[in-house]
Amino acid sequence: MASKEDLYQQFVEKAQLVSAKVSSIANEDDALEYVINLCGEKEACQLLASGCEADLSDKAEALCDAKQKKVIAAPGLKADLYKKLSAQAKKAGFDCIESGMRDHLAGIDIGFTFAEYGIADTGTLMLDCPGEELRLATMVSEFHVCVLPKSKIKANSYAVEKMMLTRMKKTPDYLAFITGASRTADIERVLALGVHGPLELHILILED
Amino acid sequence: MQKAHNLKEYREELRETLDNDFLRTTLDNFAIAYRAGRANAFKDMDVRGLIKEIADSKDAAAQDAEALYQEFKKNAEAAGIHVHFAKDGDEANRIITKIAKDADCKKIVKSKSMTAEETLLNHDLEDAGLEVTETDLGEWIIQMRHEGPSHMVMPAIHLSRYQVGDLFSEVTGTKQDTDIDKLVKVARRELRQKYVEADMGITGANFAVAETGGIGLVTNEGNARLVSTLPRVHVALMGIDKLLPTLHDALRIIKVLPRNATGQQITSYVTWITGANECLAAEDGKKEIHYVVLDNGRSELIKDPLFSQVNRCVRCGACANVCPVYRLVGGHKMGHIYIGAIGLILTYFFHGKDKAKNLVQNCINCEACKDVCAGGIDLPRLIKEIHARIQDEDGHPLPSMLLGKVLKNRKLFHTLLRTAKWGQKPVAEKDGFIRHLPMIFSKEHSFRALPTIAETPFRDWWQKNRPVVENPKYRVALFSGCVQDFVYPEQMKAAVDVFAANDVAMEFPEQQSCCGLPVQMMGETKASRDVAAQNLRAFEPEAYDYIITLCASCAAHLKHNYPKLVMDKPSLKLRADAFAAKVIDYSSFVNDVLKVKAEGFTKSGEKATYHAPCHLCRGLDVHEAPRELIEKSGMEYVECAEEEVCCGFGGTFSMKFPELSAELLKKKLDNVESTGAGVLLTDCPGCIMQLRGGLKNRGSKVKVKHIAEAMASNRK
Repeated sequence: MASKEDLYQQFVEKAQLVSAKVSSIANEDDALEYVINLCGEKEACQLLASGCEADLSDKAEALCDAKQKKVIAAPGLKADLYKKLSAQAKKAGFDCIESGMRDHLAGIDIGFTFAEYGIADTGTLMLDCPGEELRLATMVSEFHVCVLPKSKIKANSYAVEKMMLTRMKKTPDYLAFITGASRTADIERVLALGVHGPLELHILILED
Repeated sequence: MQKAHNLKEYREELRETLDNDFLRTTLDNFAIAYRAGRANAFKDMDVRGLIKEIADSKDAAAQDAEALYQEFKKNAEAAGIHVHFAKDGDEANRIITKIAKDADCKKIVKSKSMTAEETLLNHDLEDAGLEVTETDLGEWIIQMRHEGPSHMVMPAIHLSRYQVGDLFSEVTGTKQDTDIDKLVKVARRELRQKYVEADMGITGANFAVAETGGIGLVTNEGNARLVSTLPRVHVALMGIDKLLPTLHDALRIIKVLPRNATGQQITSYVTWITGANECLAAEDGKKEIHYVVLDNGRSELIKDPLFSQVNRCVRCGACANVCPVYRLVGGHKMGHIYIGAIGLILTYFFHGKDKAKNLVQNCINCEACKDVCAGGIDLPRLIKEIHARIQDEDGHPLPSMLLGKVLKNRKLFHTLLRTAKWGQKPVAEKDGFIRHLPMIFSKEHSFRALPTIAETPFRDWWQKNRPVVENPKYRVALFSGCVQDFVYPEQMKAAVDVFAANDVAMEFPEQQSCCGLPVQMMGETKASRDVAAQNLRAFEPEAYDYIITLCASCAAHLKHNYPKLVMDKPSLKLRADAFAAKVIDYSSFVNDVLKVKAEGFTKSGEKATYHAPCHLCRGLDVHEAPRELIEKSGMEYVECAEEEVCCGFGGTFSMKFPELSAELLKKKLDNVESTGAGVLLTDCPGCIMQLRGGLKNRGSKVKVKHIAEAMASNRK
C-alpha cells in the first residue's frame, strides 16, 4: 500500500503532466490569498489576451462586452470562508459571487472550489456538483482554482468507487472527474488549452 | 461517406485522396506520434490483462442486454429521467424531435456523439425547423463544412489550420488568423453564446450504468458539461452497446479508452449524471432529461455467435490510428460514418450492404487493428467474414471464384503452376524477374517487378535430395506454401540445410497444397474450408514434434484459422487442434527450439536490417527470435524505422488495390534504404516478393533474403 506521501507525490506529478499548476498551502487563508493574487495578476479578461483583437460575429461580441469587472465565483464555500474571500475581493476591486452564475456566462475570471477527492494515478480531481452554481463556476471560469486536502488523495478510481456510488444513489447527482484544463487537439492535432472550460487549472494541496 | 457504386469508383475516390499531401503528412505524423504516445500511456500496465477483462465484461453485458436495459430504465426513471427505446435511427430521431417540440425548444446545442452521426440526427432536427449547433470544436468545423467525421475521436483531422481559418472568417464575417490557439478562442467565444441561447442539449453517452440508472461522458473540451447543464432539456442518445452492469465496469473502460484513443491517461473531464439534476433555467428548477436508447441492428448483432464481439467496441478509434490503409486515405474513404476497421464492420450492420461492399475489401489483413483493440475484437476476421457474406448474397466475382475452384483441386493447381513456368519463358529474365508484365496486369502494377516461377519446384527437388538424418533430435514436417514451393524453393532448401545440420529429421507430405489464405482473403469461405481439410488430411500431426513453415502468413493461417474453419466437423476439428498446436515458424523453431549458437556461423559483420511480417509479429506474436538469429548468423542487425508496419503486399490486396500497395511499399523501402544496410531480411515469401520487386524497380542495391537463406550461407 502506498503511503500518503507517495500518493501525494504521484498526484502532483500526474497533474503537472496535464499542465495543472500545483501548489502546497498550509491553511485555508493561504488559499484565499492565492486566489486574490491570481485574480489581480491575470489579464482583465483572458479571452481578450487570446482572441479579442480578432473580430467576432456581432452576437459573440455582444456577450463579451457584457463583462465589465473581474469576477471571482465561489459557490458552495463554507459561510465564514466565503465572507473572508468576499471582503478581500471587494478590497481588491473584484466582484465576488456565490450565485447567479447564469448572469455571467460571458466568463468569470476565477472559479474557486474545494475537491472531494484526488485520484493519484491520473492526477484527477473529483468534484461532486449536483448544484448548478458550483458546476458552472468550474466551467465558465477562465481559471479554476481548486483546493484539495492532502488526506483526500486516493490511489486510483477504484478507490473512490464506493464514495461515487453512495452519491449517485442519492439522486439527483452530477459528479465530475477533472484532470487538467479544458483542452482540444482538433485542429491539426495541436494541443490548445481552454476551449470551452477553464484555460488554467490551479490545484492547491492543503496540508491536513 | 461511402458513395461509390462499385470497386472501380471506390478506387477512383482513393486515388484522389492519395494526392492530398496535407492529409498524407498529417496522418503520417499522427501514426508515428500515436504509437509512441500510446506506449507511454500504458507503461507498466498489464494491457493484455485489462483488455481481456473489458472483453469479458462487455461480452457478459451483451448476453444480458435486455435485463440491463430494464434495470437501467427502472433506476433512471426512479431518479426522474424519461427513458425511450428506439428500434432504428429514424425512430430515435422522431423521438428526439418530438421531445424538442413538446418542450417548445427552438435551439439545440450538441456535444459530440457518434450515435447521432449514425442516425443522421441533425438532418431530421433541422428539417423540423430546429437550429442545431455542434459544440465539439472538430464537430462544429465539419458541421459548417457539411461533412462527416474523418476520425472517431478527431473528426476534423483531415483539415488544415488554413482551411479552418477561412471557414471561421466566413462564419464571423471578419478575417481570421491561422494561429491555432486564436482559432480555438474564436470558437470558444462564438460557441459560448450558443450555449446561452439553447433550450435543449443533446449528448451521447460513453456508459449507461444499470446499477445507478446514470450515464458517463468522456470529453476533453468540457462541452458535454455545458451542454448538459445550461439548456433546460437534456437528451442523451446511446446505443444498447453502452449498457454496463456496474460503475466498476465503466471505471475499468476509462483506464483504456483515453490511453488507446489519444495516448492520454484520462480525458480532462469525465462526467457522471444520475437523476434529473438542478437546472435554474427550468420553471421547477429541475432539468428535463431523456435517455434515448438505440438498437438499430445491435440486438441482432449481439445474438450472432461470431459478431457479438462487436459489442465490445468502446469507440476509441485506435483501429484507425494503426491502420496502414487509413493512414493513406483518411477516414472519409476508410469508412461510411464509423471509420477504420470497426467502421467497415459497423457500416454493414448499421448502414447496409451497399455502403459496405467496397469498403470491406479495403483491409490488408495486417492485424494491426486487432492488436490494438481495447475490446480485443478480432476485427480482420470479421471484416473478411462480411466480405464473404456479401459475396454469398450478391454473387461471387469471377476471379475469386476461379481461384477457389483451382485451389480446391491440388493437382490442377500444381499443373497450372508448372505450365506457367513454360508460358513465362518469353518474358523471363535470367535474374529471376519477369521482364514485361503479362497483359492481364495493367500499368498500375508496374510499381514492383514480379518473380518468375522456379525451374524446379521444391517438392521435386525434395524427392531426390531429402537428407538422411541419423539419430534425430526432432522429427518435423515441412509446410512450404505455394510461393516457396514454386517460386522461391531456395528458401526451403536453405532451411533443410540448417535443419539437417542440427539433427532434425524432416518429412514433406506430398499431398499438401496452398494454405488457403488467398481464397479466404477473397471471401471464398467454402473453398478456404475445403483447402484446409485437404491439408489437414495430408499431415499426420501425431507423427511430428513440429510442423514448420517459413511463411509467416501460412503459419498464422494454419495455426489460428484452421481450427475455426473446420469447427463444424468434430473429427477434423480434433485433428486441426493437434495440427495447429504443432505449427511453428522458422525463426522460433531455430532460435527457441534448436537454440542455435553464434559459434556455428561465420561472422561476416555485414549490415542487415529487418522487416517484420504482419503475420509473424502480430499474427504469431514473434518479435525477438528473428532479430536474435540475424545476429547469431554473423551479421550486424540495424533496426529499421517502422519495422513492424505492413509492406503493402497483403496477398490479393496488392492485386486489387495496386495504388495503395505501391504507397505502403514506398514508405517501407524508404525506411529500409535509410538504414544503410546492404541486406534486408524477413521471414515471409510474400513480403520478399513485394520488397524484392520494389527494390529491383528502384534499382536499389539492397538484397532481400529470407532469414533461412542468410543462415544457410553463413553456416560454418
